[in-house]
Amino acid sequence: MKPAASKPQAKPAVKPTDVIVEKKVEVVQKEEKPVAEKITIGELHLSGCTGCLVTLADNYEGLFKLLDDYADLVYALTLVDVRHVPEMDVCLVEGSCCLDDKLSVEELKEARAKSKVLVAYGACAAYGNITRFCRGGQWNQPGQEAFVPISEVVDVDLYIPSCPPCPQEVRNVAVMAYLLLRGNDEQKNLATAYLTPLMQLAQRGNEACGCDLMYDVINQGLCMGCGTCAGTCPVRAVTMEYGRPNVNRDLCIKCGACYSQCPRSWFNFDVMNNYEGIMDAIKGAMQ
Amino acid sequence: MDVLGNYKSAISARSTDKDILKKAQDGGIITTLFAYALEEGIIDGAIVAGPSNEPWKPEPMVATTKAELLAAAGTRYTISPNLYLIKEATRSYGLDRVGIVGTPCQIQAVRKAQLYPIGMRDVDDKIALALGIYCMENLSYQALEAMVEDHCNQKMESVKKMDIGKGKFTVYTERGAVSQMPLKLIHKYVQPGCHVCLDYVANLADISSGSVGSPDGWSTVFVRSTKGNAVWDGAIKAGCFETKPMDQVKPGLDLVRKLATEKITKNQKNVDARKTVGLKADGTPKGLRNPYESP
Ligand SMILES: Cc1cc2nc3c(=O)[nH]c(=O)nc-3n(C[C@H](O)[C@H](O)[C@H](O)COP(=O)(O)OP(=O)(O)OC[C@H]3O[C@@H](n4cnc5c(N)ncnc54)[C@H](O)[C@@H]3O)c2cc1C
Ligand code: SF4
Ligand code: SF4
Ligand code: SF4
Repeated sequence: MKPAASKPQAKPAVKPTDVIVEKKVEVVQKEEKPVAEKITIGELHLSGCTGCLVTLADNYEGLFKLLDDYADLVYALTLVDVRHVPEMDVCLVEGSCCLDDKLSVEELKEARAKSKVLVAYGACAAYGNITRFCRGGQWNQPGQEAFVPISEVVDVDLYIPSCPPCPQEVRNVAVMAYLLLRGNDEQKNLATAYLTPLMQLAQRGNEACGCDLMYDVINQGLCMGCGTCAGTCPVRAVTMEYGRPNVNRDLCIKCGACYSQCPRSWFNFDVMNNYEGIMDAIKGAMQ
Repeated sequence: MDVLGNYKSAISARSTDKDILKKAQDGGIITTLFAYALEEGIIDGAIVAGPSNEPWKPEPMVATTKAELLAAAGTRYTISPNLYLIKEATRSYGLDRVGIVGTPCQIQAVRKAQLYPIGMRDVDDKIALALGIYCMENLSYQALEAMVEDHCNQKMESVKKMDIGKGKFTVYTERGAVSQMPLKLIHKYVQPGCHVCLDYVANLADISSGSVGSPDGWSTVFVRSTKGNAVWDGAIKAGCFETKPMDQVKPGLDLVRKLATEKITKNQKNVDARKTVGLKADGTPKGLRNPYESP
């Protein structure tokens, strides 16, 4: 795979659906690059509220550090003066895809073709989120009513759920993407281990709801009542009643934060057991 | 990782604070460490299992004074969803340095929230002290009620202390009665989520503590992280604890290791058994979800 800094080269738009993590890493490991070279990141803005983009900026000096040392921002609404989707290592897609807007569909496909790692950045891109409730007739595009999570249109490599995702999570993913694409073997292994569950989330499906806590945690006999889900929910739709989450489904916006944050959705000991080292490394990288 | 996790030192200890010892479950390690950390400005507040309007039903609470810590001291053998307040502590309560106590699974949740802060905005670097308590299993409130009221024949509101140890669940009432039931009878009440739990001594805490391994009234303490080490050293220098080397107390670390090994071996079997619970049409096994493999 060519680094994005070299000549743009189109990739096939369609990837096999069963892209497995190991394969991806193997491909990446073939490239021998000096560790100092930055990766390229872009943000494609589809039907979202720009909260995800703002979240990126909410890293404040952290964003400057990221852009100084690790990543060139090559495409982003208002932040970068580039009109056309360029080649990039990592494309963060914000918003769901409006099927009634041809340009959105085309740009999304183009972003897929031109990026190595396509990320559903935020709940609208990953799960539809609030756009799941759209029924058309809204000002000022009354004719637009069909909105789908981006994975209905293109293959997605990685999910960052929540509405909005947290600045620290996108920072961590950016640092890990850098290590994955530019690091030494040890760093690549770490980055692969870190990113794996977020890649698995992308394979899991594009429907999210507070109900996932019922279906995939409590009904599966896995809940132990830690309260993380209730503490996570951005709209306070979850309360804890006698040690179990209770979801007010009328409030739930289907952002997927509760389930992905739950320690019983996934818990990867290989990463978590090393939490101190990883947090120090990220902190160090941001200094 | 070893069943006892990584640790820098293991010590048998007891608080030197008489007020705390009166209210604490064991050696008062948790309450004393938080009181010390509050005093020193290491934390601005701590998420603990506070009282609620039902007897022995904990309600997570942000304690910012020693009096509040004391009100939350002692073990409640039922779920206190302490993580519920983790983001709130940094928001509504405005804490920059948060302390939190939790069972091993709750400390796992803390580390996941820090490493993967998906919906945990501005939380990761505000966790200043995560204290773990050992845990074999936990119970729903209704299960605890059944044990106390049906098995031990005591009213929840009349109970002064509950304890698990030496193979028994023991209830002490305000009027001095002592009722017991064998631990093996509580097995059917254990919440299902505990059957897949692979941590006994809060391996991911900064410092973790429990009664097992030390004499009555004393606690076994594992000092684990760099952060935990600094806090422990400070607390010792400040005279917060009496200590004894682990190899000079009975029953000692061997018992902790034995129980940890038993729990993890049993639960690993449960995790593995989930893979083959069901049956597919082609005759091969059909499995349940395994959180240690994928979401
Ligand atoms: C469900 C459960 C099972 C346990 N199993 C074991 C065991 O098998 N072996 C063992 O050695 N120790 C076990 N413990 C730990 C033990 O009971 C004591 O909590 C521990 O030794 C700390 O005592 P202390 O005197 O240092 O703390 P204290 O100074 O008494 O402070 C205890 C702290 O824990 C908090 N707390 C109380 N109940 C809960 C709860 N349910 N969830 C979260 N936080 C809570 C309190 O708010 C307080 O801050 C268990 C605890 C619980 C909650
Ligand atoms: S985060 Fe998961 S394990 Fe914790 S209370 Fe919610 S559903 Fe249960
Ligand atoms: S319950 Fe809350 S966190 Fe979970 S999907 Fe709904 S809105 Fe998101
Ligand atoms: S046994 Fe494990 S899952 Fe159950 S409460 Fe204790 S630490 Fe949590």
